[in-house]
Amino acid sequence: MTVRDAKAVLEARGLSKSYGLVPVLHDLSFTLERGRHLLLLGPSGSGKSTLINMVTGLQTPNAGEVVIAGEAMTSLGAGARDDLRKRRIGIIFQTLRLVSAVSIRANLRLAQTLAGQTVDNAATDALLETLAIAHRADARPRQLSQGEAQRAAIARALITKPDLLVADEPTSALDDANAEKVAQLLLSTAQAQGSTLLIATHDRRLTALIPNCFMLEAPVRETCP
Amino acid sequence: MIGLVLAYMRDRPLVTALNILLLALAVATLAILLLVSHQVGERLVRNAQGIDLVVGAKGSPLQLILSSIYHMDQPTGNIPLEAIALLRRDPAVAQVVPLALGDNFHGYRIVGTEHDYAALYGAELAQGRMFAAQGEAVMGAQVAAKLGAGIGQKFVGSHGLGDGEGAGEHHAHPFITVGIMEPTGTVLDRLILTSIETVWDVHGIAHQSHEGHPHERASHYDHGHEDHVHHGSDGQGEANAGTHPDPEVTALLVRYRNAAGAVRIPSMINRQTDMQAAVPAIETARLLSLLGVGIDAARLFAWLLATIGGLSIFVTLLSAANAREGDLALLRVMGASRLRVIGTLMAEGLLTALAGGALGLVAGHLVLAGVIGGFSPLAELGLEPWRLLPGEFLILCAVIAIGLAAASIPALRVFRSDLAQTLARTG
Repeated sequence: MTVRDAKAVLEARGLSKSYGLVPVLHDLSFTLERGRHLLLLGPSGSGKSTLINMVTGLQTPNAGEVVIAGEAMTSLGAGARDDLRKRRIGIIFQTLRLVSAVSIRANLRLAQTLAGQTVDNAATDALLETLAIAHRADARPRQLSQGEAQRAAIARALITKPDLLVADEPTSALDDANAEKVAQLLLSTAQAQGSTLLIATHDRRLTALIPNCFMLEAPVRETCP
Repeated sequence: MIGLVLAYMRDRPLVTALNILLLALAVATLAILLLVSHQVGERLVRNAQGIDLVVGAKGSPLQLILSSIYHMDQPTGNIPLEAIALLRRDPAVAQVVPLALGDNFHGYRIVGTEHDYAALYGAELAQGRMFAAQGEAVMGAQVAAKLGAGIGQKFVGSHGLGDGEGAGEHHAHPFITVGIMEPTGTVLDRLILTSIETVWDVHGIAHQSHEGHPHERASHYDHGHEDHVHHGSDGQGEANAGTHPDPEVTALLVRYRNAAGAVRIPSMINRQTDMQAAVPAIETARLLSLLGVGIDAARLFAWLLATIGGLSIFVTLLSAANAREGDLALLRVMGASRLRVIGTLMAEGLLTALAGGALGLVAGHLVLAGVIGGFSPLAELGLEPWRLLPGEFLILCAVIAIGLAAASIPALRVFRSDLAQTLARTG
């Protein structure tokens, strides 16, 4: 079985993290199988961001291990972690991060280049088309509306076709209609790109679309609403 | 990533342009100072090479050197023809080259002299031959090029030593060009050489050959201008107006045969004759030290300007690094290594400095060319505005170092920053 074919796109094994004497996560384990999107639910301060940072290699746990598509991340050095992240993981931030000085199209090309992929203009155009922002391809991020920026951030994260797409609170600031629209868009685009979603949120509205969830305050998957 | 760096620079065009302009001003000032001081020093030394002593009328020794060697100032006066023989008799003297000044053609000085004067600068003829008969002239390379003159070209000299300052033209005594010299990179390129006898004839001075032979056209001293060979500052020339003045020369360029000459001859001339002896090496050094004080002060100012330019880049990049903290963190998340991210800041400092440096060097040469074109004293110095000097490369390197140093502190901050904390802070 090749790494790409690994059934689990993410394995968290016995993760623990504390800041000084304050424990945030303790002996946390879960598995995310390819194509089976997961909601990471929990209120503010429950450790969602810490868990996301450990999953994406931005922070290292005090104990335990993160495995991405069969590749162990925790034991790697900083450079190798960066390399694994750029090959396997896409991240959508709550604040819709895009490189401010260049156009949306250039953002997508930059993402491909930095991920070590060849720039695929056709794929870029197709993805922008799918997300209905092809007409804004040459606009700078600051020229976009909130909705356009949201879709551009999704495009930026998905253009590299990552195995795992991590989204941090993608719908929290949106009303019901828009929250559903964005979630649908995330699901359909991720599916089209072959990516598996891990969404960290306190927005329980998403459980209607993604029933597979993990409660951080009560880590029993089957008790999700 | 260079495209990204350029995009960031284009994203705030005014700040980028101002930083580049600030550095360019400093570099242009430094380049002009370098070009002028280097070329002036080089010219002063090269033009005085091989000349141990200048003998002329009493007055300022610096003026005597400037007028006789560099052909930049008015002569101090005239000296009697006998001075040539006096010096040539001296066993410590190897060579005496007389100069007779007084006229110009389109601002280029006409110098009455001997063939040895051209030999003193190692000049060779590009075309034609050296002057021989009365009225024959040989043009320096720059004169011929600027005036478009060729062999056989006739011209009429004007009285005075600069363009437009003369009291009239010597229409009765036209010159004919018989030779054009190869460029020498010395003052000779900007001179028109003829025989001393021709200069005397043009000014109506009765003479024999200055070497003692009767001149074949000695009767030509009855033409319209009966004033002296030059505009002497001591008024000697005017004193002789209206009479048939004696043949005189303006200055003598002397080369010693041995070191004893340097000890004895200047003091002999200064104490026992009505003439003065000036040592080019001493006067040139004095001139360079006078110029040097001003140049050093201007150079200090220019480096101050460059430092301000560097500080401006530092402030810009520091604020850019703060404003771009989220962008830089995103680049890391997208796969850019830490080094690659700080490379964008360093490259921005480098490109700003490089653009400022290159623009400054071009501006320096352009300004110098413009000033030389419109300000004749600098043109008389023979400065070459488009000549490149190795020092310019060093200035460029120094400015690049300033740009990189200015970028390194913001870059170091990015290098040390914690990615997760930055993302949380800027989220």
